[in-house]
Amino acid sequence: MTERTISVDYIARVEGEGALKVRIRGTTVEDVQLKIWEPPRFFEAFLRGRSYLEAPDITARICGICPIAYQMSSCHAMEQALGMRVRGQLRALRRLIYCGEWIESHALHIYLLHAPDFLGYPDALALAKDHPDAVKHGLELKKIGNELMQLLGGREIHPINVRVGGFYRVPTVTELERIRPALETALGLAEETVRFAAGLTFPDIEEDYEFVSLRHEHEYPMNEGDVVSNRGVKIPMSQFEDVFEETHVPYSHALQSQHRGEGSYLVGPLARYALNHDRLLPRAKSIAREVGLEDVVRNPYRSIIVRGVETVHAVEESLKIIDAYKPPDEPFVEPPASFHATSGAAISEAPRGMLYHRYRLNEEGLIEEAKIVAPTSQNQKRIEDDLRHLLDRSLNLDDRELTNACEKAIRNHDPCISCATHFLKLDLVRA
Amino acid sequence: MAQRKPRVAVWKFASCDGCQLTMLDCEDALLAIAGQVEIANFREASSAVVDGPYDLSLVEGSVTTPEDLRRIKEVRAESRVLVTIGACATAGGIQALRNFADIDEYRRAVYAQPEYIETLATSTPIADHVPVDFELRGCPISKLQLLEVLSAFLTNRAPNVPNESVCIECKRRGNVCVLVARGTPCLGPVTQAGCGAICPAFHRGCYGCFGPQGSPNIPSMLKNLGELGLAPLPMHRVFRTFNAMAPAFRTAADAAAAEETAR
Repeated sequence: MTERTISVDYIARVEGEGALKVRIRGTTVEDVQLKIWEPPRFFEAFLRGRSYLEAPDITARICGICPIAYQMSSCHAMEQALGMRVRGQLRALRRLIYCGEWIESHALHIYLLHAPDFLGYPDALALAKDHPDAVKHGLELKKIGNELMQLLGGREIHPINVRVGGFYRVPTVTELERIRPALETALGLAEETVRFAAGLTFPDIEEDYEFVSLRHEHEYPMNEGDVVSNRGVKIPMSQFEDVFEETHVPYSHALQSQHRGEGSYLVGPLARYALNHDRLLPRAKSIAREVGLEDVVRNPYRSIIVRGVETVHAVEESLKIIDAYKPPDEPFVEPPASFHATSGAAISEAPRGMLYHRYRLNEEGLIEEAKIVAPTSQNQKRIEDDLRHLLDRSLNLDDRELTNACEKAIRNHDPCISCATHFLKLDLVRA
Repeated sequence: MAQRKPRVAVWKFASCDGCQLTMLDCEDALLAIAGQVEIANFREASSAVVDGPYDLSLVEGSVTTPEDLRRIKEVRAESRVLVTIGACATAGGIQALRNFADIDEYRRAVYAQPEYIETLATSTPIADHVPVDFELRGCPISKLQLLEVLSAFLTNRAPNVPNESVCIECKRRGNVCVLVARGTPCLGPVTQAGCGAICPAFHRGCYGCFGPQGSPNIPSMLKNLGELGLAPLPMHRVFRTFNAMAPAFRTAADAAAAEETAR
């Protein structure tokens, strides 16, 4: 029996540092390990003793690609712990800044990280030489997402204006109106993005995913809703840890999430879309119909189209929020003056999928325990399943082709390894 | 004969990826930059890698593992000019809070099997380990300052990145002083400019994410913060965030902590 080892030491075009190791004996794939070698940063440890008010700024630093997701999940968890409700225009402004992050992050992944795979380029700069318009559209769309984050958050990476209870300062109507023309342009660009993505060539495969996402009564999910799956899960956010667990995988010493008693599951655009396509706004629904996108997309390569559709939705939603905007009287809901020991948990939909935060606070409002489950750790086991299936059907490829194919399969899920690292164990098995 | 384009590499150590993302966030300038330089090693953006040596290396992140210690020396050896970008690379980052704690206890708190986590007891800036040609501050760095540094090193001049305080930038922006007018605790007087004084512009006190300015008056800042009050947080904590290992902030935190213990 011949033994083949496929090893990618540094997966390119993902956020953070990851590696892949595959062992094949004859025609059997013996082992697939998606490894994280990015060093741990111990967020859950040093959050202890910090004030509940510091969590949004500190946890934002887990990931420069999706800081708003960390700020939103931490704010909601604290508000849940303290019995605060953020409603009306403040709630709408939170959705608006989150839309900015979805637009920015999706445009980054679609054009700079993912599209080069389909068109055979090492990166977007090389792609730009032959397809300048596509890359320019992508950068412009990304820039408009960033502008929205700057307007509401002060800056696009680690915004400074989000706080428990709302914002430090809310925008005036004039300030929001100023970004309307850019968003109107973005709507067209986002629709073009969907057409561009739908025009790519995809391998003809489908995976049998358990999709997990939030679901809200009226809206495409972002900050609120129940946790649902296509296999019957329907629970409030607070029960997340009862149904999903992080398990210890001996071969890689990695913590990976799984549905208790069921196995791997998928969060992110494919899951949100499969479970909530009926909640998309009209332009997003209509472009999905125009390009013939099925209601449930099980081909992971086609996630690039779904990200495009979600981008249309985020732009449309932004315009809708600006249309209805009236500045609230106060920029934030006042936290309670006195504390008792309490705890709270919340989930929001980061561009890459559900991000869970849970905190226990003492009677001074200082954090005693923090738990954070990022989308990439939830998807890690499922990505390995995708890889196993890919390998089973592709063993005839030579090592180089097989390596490329594996890297592409990983990028389908836009993994953010910086996020995942602070709780994933490093693989230190040494020969 | 056409001159070879300068070869630029981007390296990552312990970090959130935000500072290297700043490069991709230079949307309008990105294709122009790519026209001027050869992006030879930038794994977040490209699968194509050109071997060194490199004319300019941008280094993000702090040193936190034994492997990092080896790798940073390799990066230095391959780079004509080495510029560190961001609070992690220049001051150890938020993960340097471990430097004030027991790392074994941290390991046990976060990981079920702490023995598998290979990590150093400290998170340290790159300049603690190899000579650095320029340190660009910020958590995250500023796009404009990044473009300035790139232009400067590509044309062999010193970057124009002033180490004045946030207050100077705040006045220029025309902000009302949050400290004086609203009594909001603000680290602007001791923090380096570069962010655009965004926190005061949003009615919030500066929290020091660009690290200490060139000549900070720490005793005066501590006195002022003491008068305004920061409860429930002990005062030393405001200096132990994203730039905790920057010498002036470290001194400030130590001084405040000593006073808190004495009381």
